[in-house]
Order: sequence, then structure tokens, then C-alpha cells
Amino acid sequence: MNNFTNPGAAMSGAYLPLLLLFTVSVLNAVGMMVASHILSPRRPTAQKEMPYESGMIPLGDTRARFSVKFYMVAISFIVFDLETIFLIPWAVQMRELGWSAFLAMTMFVVVLAVGLLYEWKKGGLEWD
Amino acid sequence: MDYQPISGIPALIAMSLKVTVIFTVVMLVVAYTTLAERRVSAWIQDRSGPNRVGPGGLLQPIADGIKNFLKEETLPATASRVFFVLAPMLTIVPALVTFAVIPIAAPLPTPWGVVDMIIADVPIGILYVLAVSSLGVYGLVLGGWASNNKYAFLGGLRASAQMVSYEVALGLSLVTVLMLTGSVTLTEMVWQQQQLDVWFALPLSLAFIFFLISAFAETNRLPFDMPESESELVTGYHTEYSSMKFSMYMIAEFGHMVTASALMATLFFGGWDLPGMWDDAFWYQGQLIKGFASDGSVLLAAPAVWKTLITFGAFALKTSIFLLIYIWVRWTLPRFRYDQVMALGWKVMLPVALAYVMVMAGTILSLDEVGLQWGFFYGMVLTAVSALCTLFFLLFIDRGHTIVGAAALERQKRTVHLPRRASAPTPPPAPVAAGQEAR
Repeated sequence: MNNFTNPGAAMSGAYLPLLLLFTVSVLNAVGMMVASHILSPRRPTAQKEMPYESGMIPLGDTRARFSVKFYMVAISFIVFDLETIFLIPWAVQMRELGWSAFLAMTMFVVVLAVGLLYEWKKGGLEWD
Repeated sequence: MDYQPISGIPALIAMSLKVTVIFTVVMLVVAYTTLAERRVSAWIQDRSGPNRVGPGGLLQPIADGIKNFLKEETLPATASRVFFVLAPMLTIVPALVTFAVIPIAAPLPTPWGVVDMIIADVPIGILYVLAVSSLGVYGLVLGGWASNNKYAFLGGLRASAQMVSYEVALGLSLVTVLMLTGSVTLTEMVWQQQQLDVWFALPLSLAFIFFLISAFAETNRLPFDMPESESELVTGYHTEYSSMKFSMYMIAEFGHMVTASALMATLFFGGWDLPGMWDDAFWYQGQLIKGFASDGSVLLAAPAVWKTLITFGAFALKTSIFLLIYIWVRWTLPRFRYDQVMALGWKVMLPVALAYVMVMAGTILSLDEVGLQWGFFYGMVLTAVSALCTLFFLLFIDRGHTIVGAAALERQKRTVHLPRRASAPTPPPAPVAAGQEAR
């Protein structure tokens, strides 16, 4: 299966169109910003510049503390997204690697599943 | 006739043309998806929708664009100016460059060589999609934070937590696709679906369901539009944005929708492939082939302009169907509560997707062990196994155990706090006199 190679893709210039597209997109974004900056009227008043809180005068500070749950989600994400990243190289070569690699990956997945179960039972996934 | 890939100066011209044309087409599709959303929403709700600008309202997106350029820009006095301006650009760029690795049609023969109908057939393929599309979350979080507005800040937080949660399930559903293709490039994914004679939506049905759900969550569309739920957060992370900056967030959201639809069409519905072998084409050791004969020799493909056009039509049709499903679901399902969103991602989709990956890996290895030929029958066996997994998932895994409504939570609280029956039965509570009950 490794024999499938696109001669176009094998060239080192395969990434050149990506660079071009990226440049076009950035220029497009900057262009939109600049154009709307030039074209749009600007008559600021104190009321317009207030943060919008449904018409009320804003109360308190925005940079307040927020729930620690968001950090928990971020940490769990790092663990399980890394797991996915580890699975991808194995998945691509799975049919060549055969049963021994399957066994190794099963152990890996089981260990992480136990970790997930532990986090679940500890209440790390609850949201209230 | 021997077909060679295009090279040299014509290749550079073809590349520039492809980048320009595909970028323009994606922008146009995004613009007209906004119109389609409004017209289809109107149709579902039995009203007319925008139909005044141009024939049947067809010029409405252009009018919207001009209007957005001419509207006043507001900048909150307390906002962080640099990040406030930077955030929409950070959101829109990843949304528009993700499309680069998706093949949109069969290779096009020209007098100078064969042109692949894909902007960049990079060897990292789907990894590029995963990497770039998840960059979009930075723009949302930064925009919400820089606005210095409580609603926007909460919207940005929710967006980040939700998008990272569903990225795990998205990645795991992709792992099964990679096991079948043995490659990460999307051109080869299309090719393997042509070889299997079955589109992956059948052999990997549960992976497709997970990918669909995750794609909805990743694009922040209903029923997962917690980051911008109007009834709670005004409009979430883009509350403070007006004129073109608001428009850029909208373009980014619809751009992600278009890319996700194109990805679902490519990964699970054969991309530009149509049934039959007549349109199959793939670069194999420098030759454009359409398959292998029974003795292992290659069968050369015959690319043609009409084949490119028809396959592009097939790809566009498949993508539009998914876009229509996006809009349809918006008016079908109510919004989740935030804890339900998180529970679905972490407690249901992650464990089930992990188990599914291992089940499919075992099945594929067993089929190879038996020596089954890669083809239609192979696909059908996988379809049967997947169908069993899907039925098990739909019928048994979550029947209101993990994702529950508020009323069910109350019921749980009432039942959980009943006194536990210890080894010695607790004495029955003393009868309460009628007068004492109120206390």
C-alpha cells in the first residue's frame, strides 16, 4: 500500500500552493478590515463604547474568576487528544503491523480507558 | 495514451489558477449558504424569507456584504484594541485555508499534462485539516476575551471547552478511516473507497455518526450552539463585533460548515466518486490508473474533461446535501444544555469511539487473516459489524442514562437520598401527627 505515491505530491513543492492560499486568505482578511475601516462611518459616543449588557450599565469587572471546570476540560483534552495522535500512526500502518501491534495498542487503550473511568468516578467529568 | 502529471511553468500557472478559482468559489459558496440558510429556514417555518434583492433574492448576499462594509464599526472603550481587531482575522484565515487538501473532482487532462483537482495534495492530508481547523478556536477565545464583555467572555470560554471536547471524538472517528485507507491523504481515501466499491459511510457507519455529531459541535451549530446561544449570552463571543468584523465571524462559521460538509462527503461518501469504475483515477507509481486486473497488472485510467465536470457535480451535490442537513437540523432539534454537551462528548462519544476503534481494528485484522480479498464482500462484512455496533450504540448505550433532562436530575436526587438499607433494617419512621407535619 506504500507504493501509492502521487508524483505531484512527492515533489518538495507540494506545500507551495498552501503558502499561496494562506497568503491569499490573509490578504483577504486584512483587505476586509481595511476596506470596512475606510468605508464605515465613525461617530463614537460614550454610550456606544460601553460594553453591551442588554442595555444595563455594566456591573463589576469582566476579568472575573471563572469555573475551574474549563481547566479540567483542557487537561483532559490534552491527555485524550494525545492518545488520538498516538493511535493515528498505528492506524495508518495497522494492516502491515498485524496482531502484535494490535495487542500493544489494546493495552495502551485499556490503560487510558481506566484513566477515563477513574476521572469519571472521581467526578472530573461532572458539570454542576 | 500515456498521461503525465503537469509540470514546469504550466504547473505553476495551473496552481495559481486553482488557488484563485477554488478560493473564490468557496467564498461564493459561503455567501450563498447564508442565503440558503435564510431561505430554507423560511421554508421550514412557512414564511417567505429574503426574496426582494434580485430574482428570487439571489443578490441578497451581495447586498448584505455591501451593507456590512458601510455600517458603523464600534469599538468598546474597555476592549483590548489590538486583539479585538486581530481576533476576526485569526478566525477567518483557518476557516478558508482548510479546503486546500480536499480533492474536488477527477483529474483533468490538459494538453500540458494531467491536473489534479485539488489545491495541494500534501502528504500529511487529513492531519493538516485537523491542525488548521482547530486553530479557529483561538480567534473565538481571543475575540471573547478582548471584547471585555461578560457575555462575550463566557461565549469564548464555552467555545474553547466545547471545541476541544469534540475534537477528541472527531479524531477517534477518523482513526477508523485511516485503518481502512492506510494513508492520511484525502486523494487516497477517495481511491480506497473506489477500490472497496463501498463508500465508507456503510463499513464505518458509527464513525460517520460520530463525525457528523462532532462536526456540528466543532462548527458551533445548533444543537451545539452554546457559545452563541442568543437566549443566554446575547450572541456569545461576537457580541461586541459590528459591521465587517461581525461579517468575518459569520464567514468563518459558514466556511467551517462548508469544509466540514466537504470532509464528510470525502471521507464517508466517496468524495467526487460516482458508482462504477469509469471515473476512477489515481497516481500509482507514476501512472494514472483506474484499478488492477485479476493478475495484478494495472488498468490505465482514461481521464476526460466531461468526467471531471460530472465528478465535480457529484462532489458539489454531496456537499450541498450536508449543508442542507446542517440547516435542517437547526430547525429540528432544540439546543442542548451545557452539561449535556460535555457529558455527550466525554461520557458517551469518547468511550464508545475508543471501543469502536478496537472492534474495527480486530475485525479488519481478522478479515486479513482469513485472506479475504479487498473489495465489495470485504466491505459488506465490515458493514455488518458496524451496523451491529451502531444498533448497540443507538438502542442500548444512551437511553437517557448519561444525557438527562433537568426533570430526570431532580428525580435522581430524590431517589438517591433515600436512606440506605443497612444490615439491620432501620425502624420505620414514627408516625407524624397531622398537626406537626408543617412544622
